[in-house]
Amino acid sequence: MSLGLTLEGVHTHIGRYHILQGVDFDAPAGKTTMLLGRNGAGKTTALRTVMGLWRASKGRIALGDARLEKLAASDVARLGVGYAPETMAVFSDLTVKENLVLGAREGPLDEKRLNWIFGFFPALRKFWLSRAGALSGGQKQMLSIARAIVEPRELLLIDEPTKGLAPAIVGALIECLKEIKATGVTILVVEQNFRVAVEVGDEVRVMDNGRIAHRGLMRDLAADQALQNRLLGLSLDSHQ
Amino acid sequence: MTLLSGDPPRGRALQVLIVVVVLALAFAPFLFPGVKALNTAAKILWMILLVASYDVLIGYAGIVSFAHVMFFGVGAYGAGLALYGFGATWGALAAGVAAASALSLVLALAIGLFSLRVQAIFFAMVTLAIAYAFNVLASQLSWLTGGEDGRSFSVPPALRPGFKWLDHPVLGVQANGKLLAYYLLFVVVVAAFLVLLRIVNSPFGRVLQAIRENPFRAEALGYRTVFHRTLATCISALGATLAGALSALWLRYVGPDTALSFSIQVDVLVMVVVGGMGSLYGAILGAALFVFAEAYLQDLMGGLSHLAEDARLPLLPALFHPDRWLLWLGLAFVLAVYFAPTGIIGALRPAEGKGG
Amino acid sequence: MSILDAGAALPRPKIDLLPALTPVVVALAAAPFIGSFSTFLTLTAAGLAMGMMIFTMASGLTLVFGMMDVLNFGHGAFIALGAYVATLVLLPLASWSSADSVPLNLAVFLLAAVAAALVCGALGWVFERLIVKPVYGQHLRQILATIGGSIIAEQLLYALFGPDQIPLGLPRTLEGSFVFGEAAVEKYRVLATLVGLAVFLGEMLILNRTKIGLLIRAGVENREMVEALGYRIDRLFVGVFMAGSALAGLGGAMMGLYRGQVHATIGAEFLVLCFIVIIIGGLGSVGGSFVASILVALIANYAGFVAPKLALVSNILAMVVVLIWRPRGLYPVSGR
Repeated sequence: MSLGLTLEGVHTHIGRYHILQGVDFDAPAGKTTMLLGRNGAGKTTALRTVMGLWRASKGRIALGDARLEKLAASDVARLGVGYAPETMAVFSDLTVKENLVLGAREGPLDEKRLNWIFGFFPALRKFWLSRAGALSGGQKQMLSIARAIVEPRELLLIDEPTKGLAPAIVGALIECLKEIKATGVTILVVEQNFRVAVEVGDEVRVMDNGRIAHRGLMRDLAADQALQNRLLGLSLDSHQ
Repeated sequence: MTLLSGDPPRGRALQVLIVVVVLALAFAPFLFPGVKALNTAAKILWMILLVASYDVLIGYAGIVSFAHVMFFGVGAYGAGLALYGFGATWGALAAGVAAASALSLVLALAIGLFSLRVQAIFFAMVTLAIAYAFNVLASQLSWLTGGEDGRSFSVPPALRPGFKWLDHPVLGVQANGKLLAYYLLFVVVVAAFLVLLRIVNSPFGRVLQAIRENPFRAEALGYRTVFHRTLATCISALGATLAGALSALWLRYVGPDTALSFSIQVDVLVMVVVGGMGSLYGAILGAALFVFAEAYLQDLMGGLSHLAEDARLPLLPALFHPDRWLLWLGLAFVLAVYFAPTGIIGALRPAEGKGG
Repeated sequence: MSILDAGAALPRPKIDLLPALTPVVVALAAAPFIGSFSTFLTLTAAGLAMGMMIFTMASGLTLVFGMMDVLNFGHGAFIALGAYVATLVLLPLASWSSADSVPLNLAVFLLAAVAAALVCGALGWVFERLIVKPVYGQHLRQILATIGGSIIAEQLLYALFGPDQIPLGLPRTLEGSFVFGEAAVEKYRVLATLVGLAVFLGEMLILNRTKIGLLIRAGVENREMVEALGYRIDRLFVGVFMAGSALAGLGGAMMGLYRGQVHATIGAEFLVLCFIVIIIGGLGSVGGSFVASILVALIANYAGFVAPKLALVSNILAMVVVLIWRPRGLYPVSGR
C-alpha cells in the first residue's frame, strides 16, 4: 500500500508574489485525489512545492512519515515520487527509450513493467528509438507519464495531463490513469477538465487564491451542481 | 537577491559621502597639490561619466554588454586623431567629437538591433568578441591610429600647461591651462551626469526599468521595448564617447592600452558593481573609490612588498608587487559580488520594508 | 525478442548535415584566393590542427554553459594554467625532450599533457566550489564572479611564474614535417589533430553510450526535470566543470607547444575564440563545437594568409553571419 501525502500550513513565495497562502490538505494513501481550481489559484505551484522544485517558505509537507518541505527535488524523487509536469518536459533530443531509461533510477528497465505500459501506450513501443521531439503532443504526454511510472512509486504528481489534447486522446488517457490507479499508488492530479476529474478521481480538493476552498469525495462534488458552480464557476455540462 | 540599488540616494551617510566626493573633486586643484593628485582627480571625473553611462545600460536597462569600452575608445580616438591630424584647435576638437559621436551612434544602433536577433547571453558574448576585435583593429590600422604606440598630440592653447591666464597663482595654484582643462572636464562631466540623471528619472527611464524587470509585460502594456532599449544603448554609447574624448584631451595621448583594452571594461564593471548598479550616484562613489585606490594603493603595495622581501618571506613579495594590484582588486571585486552585490549605495541605504 | 533489443519500426531521424559542411564550404571558397595547392594544404592542415586544439578547449565550456547556464569567464585561466604546467614538466625534463628518441619524446609530451589536464581538473574543482557555486542561478553575478576569478587567477599566474613569456620548445622528434612531394605537413600538427580527434571521439562515446552522458545531454536540455527524476545534477555538474577545465588545460598545453612560448595572455585570447566557437556551434552542443572549431580555425588561417589584418575580425564576421543564418547556432540543443 502506498503512502499518503499531507500538507499543513504551506506557504510559497515566488519573488515578491505570495502564491500559496496556507495550504492544508491531504491526498489519502492509495487513492486518486484531484486538485481543481481556476487558473492562477496555485495548483501547479502546490505540485512544484511538494516536488521540491520550489521551496515552501513555511509549513509542513509529509509523505507517510517522511518530511519533504526541506528536501531538494532529487531527494523527494528518491523517496518514490514520480512527476509529470504541465510542460511534459520530455527530453526532445533523446529517444523515447532514453527518456524512459532516465526515469528508471533504481536499475535497468523492467521488461514486464514496460510491456504493461505499452499496453495502454502502444505508440511508445512504435517510436522506441525515435527522437522524443518528433512525437505528437498526446504521445509526449504519454511519454511523460510513462517516465513517471516506469518504476513503482509511492506518489504520483501529474499536472494537467489532458491539457490541449484531442478528445479521443483524452479518453485514452483516462483509461490509462484508471489502470495506474488500479496498482494502488497514491496519485495527485491537477486537472482543469471536470469530466476527467469525475471519471478518475476518488477525492477532490479545490484551490482558490492559494488556499484550499473545498475538500471531500469526488462523487459528492459531482452530484452537487450548485457547489460546482460556486467553486468552479461552471457546471459539469458545459465542461464537456 | 537583486543587484540593483535604485535611485535616489536616501540616507544621511550616503548623501554626505556623495557631497564630500563632489566637493573634493570641485576643489581638487586647491585641496590636493601635485601633478599626481590632479591626474587622479581628472581620471575620476571621466570615469564617473563612463561608469554612469554604463549603469544606464546595465543597471537601468538591464542589458549586459561588454562593448562599452569600445565607445570610450571611439571618443578618445576621435578627439585625439582630430587634434593630431587637423591641428590643436577647438574646431578640430569639436569635429573629432562630432565624428566620434556619429560613429558611436551607428555602432550602438547596429549592436542594439543585433541584440534583438539573439538571446541575451549570446548578446553578451558577441559584444565581448566585438570589443576584442575593435581593440585588435586599432592596433593594426597603425597608419591611422598609430598602432600599439598610439598618438600623442597637442591640445588647444588655452588648455596647455604653458598657457598662463593670470600672472599670479590663485590660492597657491598656478593659473595655467591645466587648471582650465581640469575645470572644463569638471563642468562637462557634471552637465552630462545631470543630463543622464534627468533621463533615468523621466518617464523614459521608468519604462526602461519596467522593461528590465519584465519585458513581456512591458510589451503587453504597449511600450515598444525595441525603441526604448535601442535608445538606451545609444544614450549610453554617447556618454562613453564623451568620456573618451575628455580622457584624450587630458592625457594628450591616445592608444589601445588607455582607450580600448578589455581591462578598462573590467574596471568599469568593478566600479559599477562596487558603487551600486541601478543608481547613477553609485557611479560617483565607485569611480572615486576605484581610481583613488588604483593610484595610491600601488604605492602601499610596493612598500609591503619590500617589507616582505626584507623579511625573506616566500611568495609574498611577488603577491604584493605593485604590478599585482589587479590581484587584490579582483579579490575585492569577488568579495563585493558575494557579500555586497548592491554596492556601496545598497549597503549604506537605510533598510526598507521587506519587499521581496 | 525483447523490446529492449529490438530495432525501431521507424528509421532514425536524419542528422542535419548542412551545418557540418560549412568548413568545407569555407575551404572551397578560400581555395581560389590562396593560389598554390601546397600552400592551401599547409594552411588547411594548420587549420585542422588548431581547430582540434580549440575544440579541446571549447567543448568543456559549451557543456558547462549548456548544463547550468554558467558562462565561465574563468575558463581562459585554465587554458593559460595548462600551458604553464606544461613548462613545469618539460623544462626540468629537457633531456627527454632533446633526446633523439621517439618513445622518450612522446613520453615527455604525454606526461606534460596529462599533468596539465590533472592540475587544471583539480583546480577546476576549487574554482567551481569557491567562485561558481555561491552564485548558482544568478546569471549576472555569475558572470561578474567568474570575471573576478579569472583576474585573480591570471594575476596569480604572473606572481608565480613571472610576467615574462616562457619559451617552450617541442621535443626533438616532434619538430619538423612529413613531406609529401611538394607539400609539407608539420608533425606536431598531425599529433595535435590526433589528440583532438581522440578527445572528440571520447566525448561522443561518453555522451551517447553511458548513463552519465545521457544525464549530461538531458541536463543540457532541462536541468530541472533531471533533478525531478531523482538525480543530483549539481554533483554531475561539478564533474563536467572539472572535465572542462582539464580539457582547457590540455588545450592550453598543446597550444603553448604549438606557439613555442607560454604567457598568461593566451588565456584571454583563446577565451574569446572559445566564446565565438560555442556561439557558432550552439550552446550546449559538443558536435556543434567540433564543427565550429574547425570552421573558426580554418577561417583564421586562410584569412591570416590572404589578409592578415583581418584575421580576428573575420571570425567575428563569420559569427555574425552564422547567427543571422541560424540565430541559435549551427546545432542548437532543443529546448534552449
